[in-house]
Amino acid sequence: MLLSTKNILGTKELTKQDIQQILDTADSFKEISTRAIKKVPTLRGKTIINLFFEPSTRTRTSFEIAGKRLSADVINISGSTSSTVKGENLIDTARNLEAMNPDILVVRHQCSGAPALLSQFVDCPIINGGDGSHEHPSQALLDLLTIRSQKGDLEGLKVAIVGDISHSRVARSNIKAMQTMGMKVCVVGPPPLIPPEFESLGVEVSHNLREAVKDVDVVMVLRIQLERQNQGLLSSLREYSNYFCLTSESLAKARDDVLIIHPGPVNRGVEIALDVMESPRSLILNQVTSGVAIRMALFYLLLGENNANPN
Amino acid sequence: MLTLIKGGRVIDPANQVDGSFDILISDGKIEAVAPHGKISGSKTKDAQVIDAKGCVVAPGFCDMHVHFREPGHEYKETIETGSASAAAGGFSSVAVMPNTSPVNDNRSVTELILSQAKKTGLVNIYPIGAITKGLKGETLSDMGELKESGCIGYSDDGKPVMDSELMRRALEYSRMFDLPCIQHSEILDLTRGGCMNEGIVSTELGLKGMPVEAEDIMVFRDISLLRKTGGRLHVAHISSGGAVDLVRQAKAKGLPVTCEVAPHHFTLTEEACRNYDTNAKMSPPLRTDEDIDLIKEGIRDGTIDIIATDHAPHDLADKQVEFDNACFGIVGLETALPLTLKLVDEKIITLQKAVDLLTHQPCRIFNLDKGTLGVGKDADVVIFNPDTKFTIDPEKFKSRSKNSPYKGWQVRGKVLHTLVAGKSVYSDHNA
Repeated sequence: MLLSTKNILGTKELTKQDIQQILDTADSFKEISTRAIKKVPTLRGKTIINLFFEPSTRTRTSFEIAGKRLSADVINISGSTSSTVKGENLIDTARNLEAMNPDILVVRHQCSGAPALLSQFVDCPIINGGDGSHEHPSQALLDLLTIRSQKGDLEGLKVAIVGDISHSRVARSNIKAMQTMGMKVCVVGPPPLIPPEFESLGVEVSHNLREAVKDVDVVMVLRIQLERQNQGLLSSLREYSNYFCLTSESLAKARDDVLIIHPGPVNRGVEIALDVMESPRSLILNQVTSGVAIRMALFYLLLGENNANPN
Repeated sequence: MLTLIKGGRVIDPANQVDGSFDILISDGKIEAVAPHGKISGSKTKDAQVIDAKGCVVAPGFCDMHVHFREPGHEYKETIETGSASAAAGGFSSVAVMPNTSPVNDNRSVTELILSQAKKTGLVNIYPIGAITKGLKGETLSDMGELKESGCIGYSDDGKPVMDSELMRRALEYSRMFDLPCIQHSEILDLTRGGCMNEGIVSTELGLKGMPVEAEDIMVFRDISLLRKTGGRLHVAHISSGGAVDLVRQAKAKGLPVTCEVAPHHFTLTEEACRNYDTNAKMSPPLRTDEDIDLIKEGIRDGTIDIIATDHAPHDLADKQVEFDNACFGIVGLETALPLTLKLVDEKIITLQKAVDLLTHQPCRIFNLDKGTLGVGKDADVVIFNPDTKFTIDPEKFKSRSKNSPYKGWQVRGKVLHTLVAGKSVYSDHNA
């Protein structure tokens, strides 16, 4: 069965069935990464281009490993090595790459909507690897996979997302995907980082971390960008931490089996305390492992019926 | 040379004329306006006849807010292509904003614009001079010299005059020349990095918003200054319902403030930005249904004085890019009439009032001896059929640029002829 969409631009466009299928496929791929020879020939002869206009280690590496485990040829192009520094327009860059017949373009860009723009000008499928403050769908999917592997079922779970909601593509992708899967979301942070419009997205808004984590199944902590302080959105990181750092103390009222996730990279001691990060409730490294499986699943499903059996 | 326009419905709000009249034009001037069939045959014997049956005959429209990009950005528009676009939209007079390169902040640029306009010879071009030198918001431009060389108002359009002291002095000094200061009302501190209205759509799209308060606060500030300084304030392209209310209150107190609205601000909302359509990126940004309702109320009760298009042509290279990086603006001249007529369809205003907003009112505010079909005046005339349906196709625009979010819209109201000083500058090839 194919996905309902040709591109993965956001979780907003994914149906419940799509998400289930991606998670199931990812589950079946997990085992490959545990083999001594971590490679299957599924996408042999396919070319995947990672076009990253914004710095990234984790996401780019994860896409690269995912492609290589499926035997695809993966090429990485970063913003600084691409022609855009010479003034080439984004669309021209993508068209030139497409002329070399890649099978998938993974795009990360600092501007919201850049992958959507590209999708109008190239024929091959595009995966949004994170665009501005808009979406980061593969991150949300790997978060769901991580949660599902612990909880078994997503339906009815309650999640608190803590941090800079306003600028977070991870939050937006997760809110939409979680709502599609029947989960409840509460966003937590200081008012300058949560515009009032978020309530109309159907999420609860809280400015009190201790209370907000009381009855949730999962706490997702977001990275605080250091530059928000200079933009006047935060008085200081110290003050932010006083109210919103996830510590054993702020988790006092939380359930014992609450899961802690974080998309990384972590500012230790700013948004999450070291002991919480390293406690058994923390799934931060499981997320990274899930990431490879999710991206393998996306590649496999987007290249659709031309594929051999996943094993 | 004689031209007879006969059998049309003449709407000339400047002279309170609305009815079935014939118009005789001689040597570029209005020679006679008389009830249909009443101009004597001897007078019209050699006249070229335009049959305007079923059409409205009105003074040529006057758009007090366009960007023709010359000098400096001729790849987007020139005075020639902009004039052709104006003529195709039924406009016989336009006021061109000074954000060219170089900026129109001195006599030499004003004179260049006027000489290019003369060479083109299609529509009447009225330059607007900068309020501050180089639009930098630092020092006042030489307002006297600008007026003497032909400017009809002052504006830093595209950029607001942020410095309150400087705006105060601009309003004070411009009193000497009795020309309006036109403000692009936007508190930049609130819109830094913004590219669309701040609201639910910007939140979903992850785009930085421009809150409506940025407009309201600037309008409030300028009105406060105006009370102290005198002078004349004209609020450009009002897009906020709150700002309409502020202008209404100021007018009630008798302050010399006027304002304009662009057709996109009463026909489109922020929803048009979904899918990151850069043709819907403008400044001020498209707002909400609530703002549109308040703007329509402002048009109905006369708070909003005129319709101006903010015609802002941009090349594909400036629009076919990331939403954050795209230029602000829309091609406005060739869609203004049908979009304005929507207000008539919705019974917000009458057809006479629609013509008034596009002719007599702008000329009243800017002291132009235009926008009238009075005998002896320049024969600037538009003939349009308010009922003709058509589909908007930006590829057919005469403008050099095609950035319009109205592609594919089914609208009514087609310009058939535009005359400037009696000379035909546009004829619909199907007419």
